[in-house]
Amino acid sequence: MSALLEVRGLTRRFGGLTAVDAVDLDLAESEFVSIIGPNGAGKTTLFNLMTGHDAPDAGAVRYAGSDITGFSPETLAALGIARTFQHGRVFANLSVMDNVLVGAHVRFKTVRPQWRFPLNLLSPFAEVMLALVRPGKVRAEEAAMRQAVIGILERFGDRLIPRLDHPAYSLSYANRRRVEIGRALALGPRLLLLDEPTAGMNQTETTEMQALIGDLKKSGLTILLIEHKLDMVMQLSDRVIVMDEGKVIANGKPNDVRNDPAVIEAYLGHRRAPATEAAA
Amino acid sequence: MASWFDYTVNGIIIGNIYALLAVGLALIFGVARLINFAHGSVYVVGAYAGFVAVTQFGTPLPLTLLIVVVVGALLGLGIERFGLRPLQGYAHIAPLLATIGISFVLDQLVQLFFKPDPRALPSDLLNIRFQIGSGTIGALDLVIGGIGLTSAALLYFFLRFTKLGWAVRATAQDRDAAQQMGVDVNAVNRTVFAIASALGAVSGLLVGMYYNYIDPSMSFQATLKGVVAQVVGGVGNVPGAIAGSILLGVVESYGIALFGTSYRNLFAFVLLIVVLVLRPNGLFASRRQTPPEPMTGTFIAPSKPVRIPPRTLLGIAVAMALLPLVLPNPYVLQTLTNAWLYGLLGLSLTLIAGTVGLISLGHAALLAIGGYASSLLALDLGVPVGLAILSAGLITAFLGTALVFPSFRLRGHYLSIATLAIGEIVSLVILNWESLTRGPIGVTGIPPLSIFGIDLDTDRSIYWFALAVLVILAALQFRLLSSHLGRVLRAMRDDDVAARSYGIGLDRYKALAFAVGSFAAGISGAITAHLYSYINHETFNSQLSILALTIVILGGMGNVAGAILGSVLLVGLPEVFRVAAEYRVLIYGLVLLLLVRFRPQGLLGTV
Repeated sequence: MSALLEVRGLTRRFGGLTAVDAVDLDLAESEFVSIIGPNGAGKTTLFNLMTGHDAPDAGAVRYAGSDITGFSPETLAALGIARTFQHGRVFANLSVMDNVLVGAHVRFKTVRPQWRFPLNLLSPFAEVMLALVRPGKVRAEEAAMRQAVIGILERFGDRLIPRLDHPAYSLSYANRRRVEIGRALALGPRLLLLDEPTAGMNQTETTEMQALIGDLKKSGLTILLIEHKLDMVMQLSDRVIVMDEGKVIANGKPNDVRNDPAVIEAYLGHRRAPATEAAA
Repeated sequence: MASWFDYTVNGIIIGNIYALLAVGLALIFGVARLINFAHGSVYVVGAYAGFVAVTQFGTPLPLTLLIVVVVGALLGLGIERFGLRPLQGYAHIAPLLATIGISFVLDQLVQLFFKPDPRALPSDLLNIRFQIGSGTIGALDLVIGGIGLTSAALLYFFLRFTKLGWAVRATAQDRDAAQQMGVDVNAVNRTVFAIASALGAVSGLLVGMYYNYIDPSMSFQATLKGVVAQVVGGVGNVPGAIAGSILLGVVESYGIALFGTSYRNLFAFVLLIVVLVLRPNGLFASRRQTPPEPMTGTFIAPSKPVRIPPRTLLGIAVAMALLPLVLPNPYVLQTLTNAWLYGLLGLSLTLIAGTVGLISLGHAALLAIGGYASSLLALDLGVPVGLAILSAGLITAFLGTALVFPSFRLRGHYLSIATLAIGEIVSLVILNWESLTRGPIGVTGIPPLSIFGIDLDTDRSIYWFALAVLVILAALQFRLLSSHLGRVLRAMRDDDVAARSYGIGLDRYKALAFAVGSFAAGISGAITAHLYSYINHETFNSQLSILALTIVILGGMGNVAGAILGSVLLVGLPEVFRVAAEYRVLIYGLVLLLLVRFRPQGLLGTV
């Protein structure tokens, strides 16, 4: 298998703290890898470094054979990398439909002419004109995207379809997370990064989300997942990476990682962990 | 050499006065995360309180100072009570807008009581000067320096060694944690506003004495100077504010020495923009870090906008078009024409501030660019008026976007300050670029409106022209907002981080929206110029920028129909009821204040 994503020696320091410390990570095409680790282990910072929201102090990220270190988030989106956010970032005043359509932004080709220099200087002007005049092709593209969005939202059963026109601020917490995942899928990603997609969800909602992510995996999508719910991680992952204090402390098949002494120590404390806590 | 000594002393003294303002602003920002735009009004009230004390009661300086301190402190308590406390939990921009409203009200009250004419604030100290080497230093310089140092020392001891001072510092570091530990954060706010305002009022008194001159319009400039000094030193940083003030004073003083007085403010604002863009944390910030996070510029209260069916809107437009046939009253037609032109300005700002969330406080500069561009094209190059207006719109779109482009990386309050400064810079460039703009004399004899060779010389034809332009641009804006751009722009406003993750380049779309908005504003300014036949650098002043913002908030941010309704209500109604001009600004201030407090989503709701 060829590696879709290769991370080498990625490091990010905040003052005296090294949040991500020389992390190596490989992700093959169609692979499902989970990153677990205690709070503050540097998982989200790692995501931010890989998606252009933060710049690494050292190290490199390669994606589909080319170096993407330090690329902006918007460039990475255009290359097919989609992510969700730990605490949920939906567009509060936009409807469910519009939220997910924004996810498809990079797939709008007709209304956003992609010209080469020097013509690209005129492309914002062209974009405004196309938005105002709306020739048949532009209308057809918009209609096709709306249809695609409905297709995506149908994956969530009747959770979102009846609420297409509702503003996102009026949705329940779980529905906002669903909108976020729908938005990520609308990008048509080649690589999907999910940051705790089930945080704050109850058992039923988690099970539902797990089934959905399982379907995505079956469809051949390459997925990197940060998650605290270990049952879900163990069932879905091809491989699990464990981080603690910025470092990768274990990397392997779910069952191997589960029994790794370093992992147990990271989760349950360093040596002097009382037995009662270990039992819990 | 002597003059350089004098200029340096002068710069340090002025810097001292700015420091009294900037320290107050820094303290307030520290505990309340608010840039207090009413601070300049406190300064003016301080100056006038001193004026009354000295001229009416002949008080000696120490007593005058005491009176000014008390008046300032009381005013500060009032501002905290009405501008800040009721707005806790509102969007971060809300208290800022409230302080702008308060400042309008205060300035206007001072103007009503004391008349807008400048007054002299006599001081015996002014004529005593000491020879030092080849330069001289005045007794008043020493007094100002002494007051500056004494205040700084008192403040230091207060913050460092008193229990309340600790509470202030704790609140500045973490308001919630301080509250958890039993600090009465409201009492802290009150204290800080009282201290800051007392210092601000003293600053006003000292400036009045120094120049022997006070007038109510000093307020806005004072706020700006304090803000500049504070931003240069690092927002919320008290020692930084003092250093920034001295630096600003000296830079201004040398600038005047080299280029003349009319360039003074230009230096201040250019310094501000450079610092904001290159070092948004101030010159003295120890390490590079992003500005404090929770300062989003959006002012979008979740609300359901009032849906007006397109047919109704069309009906209203037709009714308005038929109005001159039914009611050929020139006064009504002129008033409404005026409202249509402000409506264009409202369209522009509602797109930029409402839809995109860039709260621009310098929007009048776009009118000025449009007005000057069209006038000069028509006068100097003989371009037909209709074509000149259209070109002015395009020039404004290009120039306005280019000017504000470096500031797009700023967020929230910082962007608002930058737009304010850019507005001032445009006005100062117009004033000083005499070969192009005719400088302070202004542009006279601007040809009247005409399109395709047809002169629009009746009230009726001008009314129809303005209405037609407004309806066309409003319809285009509706159409734009219903396209993919509408959701892209609003997405960017709601969450710029998520928007970037989905391929939305912020600079590109902010520029695009700003250009579209600037076009409407430029057209509005151009038509206004041809209507007035005379404009100068003060025709489109900063009050207009705030009026525009009030119009937009009244109608509902981002709401196209709301912008037009807001302009009819705010521009048209006072005219119909023949409210005297000096009360109008008072009304704008009160409306802004009440809206922010009671109906932040505006009349028709935010979109």
